[in-house]
Amino acid sequence: MNAAIKCGLGGNVDRFLGDRKAICIFVLPALLLFSILIILPIFFSLFYSTLDWNGVGDGIFIGLKNFERLIISNTDGFTKSIKNSFVLAGLSIFIQLPIALTIALTLARGVKGARFFRTVYFVPVIISTVVIGQLWMKVYHPDYGLLNILLRSIGLDSLTNQWLGNAKTALLAVFIPIVWQYVGYHMLLMYAAAKSVPDEIYESARIDGANEITIALKISIPLIKPMLRVCVIFATIGAFKSFDLIYVLTNGGPMHATDMPTTLMYNTIFVQGLFGYGSAMAIFVIVECFTFTLVIQKIFGKVNV
Amino acid sequence: MSLQKELLNIERSDVKESLVSFKNFSIGKTVIMVLLYIYTIIQLYPLIWLLLFSLKDNNEIFGGNVLGLPHNWLWSNYSTALTSGKVGIYFLNSLLITSVTIVFSSILISMAAFAIIRMKWKLSKVVLNVFLLGMMVPLHATLLPLFIVLQKMNLLDTRLALILPYTVFAIPMGILVSTGLLQSIPRELEEAACLDGCSIYKVFYYIILPLMRPALSTIAIFTYLHSWNELMFANTFINSDEIKTLTVGIMSLAGEFTTNWGPIGAGLVIATLPTLLVYFILSDQVQKSFISGAVKG
Repeated sequence: MNAAIKCGLGGNVDRFLGDRKAICIFVLPALLLFSILIILPIFFSLFYSTLDWNGVGDGIFIGLKNFERLIISNTDGFTKSIKNSFVLAGLSIFIQLPIALTIALTLARGVKGARFFRTVYFVPVIISTVVIGQLWMKVYHPDYGLLNILLRSIGLDSLTNQWLGNAKTALLAVFIPIVWQYVGYHMLLMYAAAKSVPDEIYESARIDGANEITIALKISIPLIKPMLRVCVIFATIGAFKSFDLIYVLTNGGPMHATDMPTTLMYNTIFVQGLFGYGSAMAIFVIVECFTFTLVIQKIFGKVNV
Repeated sequence: MSLQKELLNIERSDVKESLVSFKNFSIGKTVIMVLLYIYTIIQLYPLIWLLLFSLKDNNEIFGGNVLGLPHNWLWSNYSTALTSGKVGIYFLNSLLITSVTIVFSSILISMAAFAIIRMKWKLSKVVLNVFLLGMMVPLHATLLPLFIVLQKMNLLDTRLALILPYTVFAIPMGILVSTGLLQSIPRELEEAACLDGCSIYKVFYYIILPLMRPALSTIAIFTYLHSWNELMFANTFINSDEIKTLTVGIMSLAGEFTTNWGPIGAGLVIATLPTLLVYFILSDQVQKSFISGAVKG
């Protein structure tokens, strides 16, 4: 009864919801762990990137020398790995996304069994990249792999290849599974966006005599542009950050042909023990991701106006 | 968001759409169906091939019978993988680490999100934004510092070395998914509870937590997929076979059985089975989680 009167007078609900002790109990565990394991490490990385340090003893402060070695006077193939990550980003944007878009719009415009196709196409997305990697390693195996066996069986022996061992084909060979795995992801996002366009818009377009392709180009694509922007950002950032499949398939080889910034960073830190220089690579990747997110948003923003 | 509302209708409209459209031209329709089935094969065939070769011996895999069903269904590949390939141990480790991570992260996220969105304090917006900025942080940037922090805490090569980072990296997405839902709950609930003399902790536990169930299931799905499939941390922070998770374990299995593909295939299938099971039981829920994650992010 007492509580009721107090609340009725107002003020006490505020005190009830402003209970500092309770707020601390609710927020601090998450906030502390988050600060120690995510926020602090970023500052540590920044700090390490200015050191000449092999992990033993104290590092020596060398300012921006690591970055100079990384970008200006690079000899370990970092620039090449950046180039590779751009190739992957290009493949994702110009091959993976158009495939995903075509499928998404087709399914969204009504096809028998759309739910079945959507569910099946999404399957590779949720499977571990290690499993996908091991599987494709077997697909590419020079003697017993699915790909070469198929080529031999249709008489194209001359095309068989050491797909992952040959520096010329390795890059494309590791990128294909990456592109393959995530088509379903972008398809799902675009499908959901296309589905949120009201049916009446499609109906009136059809009454006006527009065919399906015109509808897709003039109505669906412009209306789902916000989602396309999300997909382009995810595809680009995903390419810059991709690690698992390449680590499993080639670990950057042969002869650095398939190195990505992340695999090179991993090997620089944990194989060569160059903690400072490797951290500079990590910082570079973060800045790169951040910049490109902003750039892509700018580009799409302009298109909108 | 109208998008979200629309998602709830996906199933319903799936039924409708198959009746309404494409009724005009049937040649185009057939071509489209054929293409969709071809793409189904492209997406699924590698996985089916995996399932088949996990049940074959080397003779069949390497020449005799590459593509067809196994002549002898070699289930022993599975027992080899589970025992001498240690996939059984890896599986239990992944199961343990993933479950604990899901429980930890759900508790931390729901408590923090409740206090940030429902309670009144000055810094709530700031704290929210700090958490959300965490979404921008790539794992790689924290790898070396985390390695050193865990080393200093003597946690390297223990299960906590994975549980802690996995839990923390689930927080930003989890908070993001929870905020919309928490904002939509009417304020009167807490006022009424306060009138009834209920404590703030009881309000959280008995009123808010049950209402957060949809967000928590999304969080659980994301956290499951992330912890079950994560490679880089697991590869760096864990050394001993006894606590390796499936992703790293599979790598050592493949290293050990290089020329014996059957058990490797069996290991890959075992590692994937729980994920597929979850997906086929909850496929709509899983897809909605991915969509809501992207829409809000």
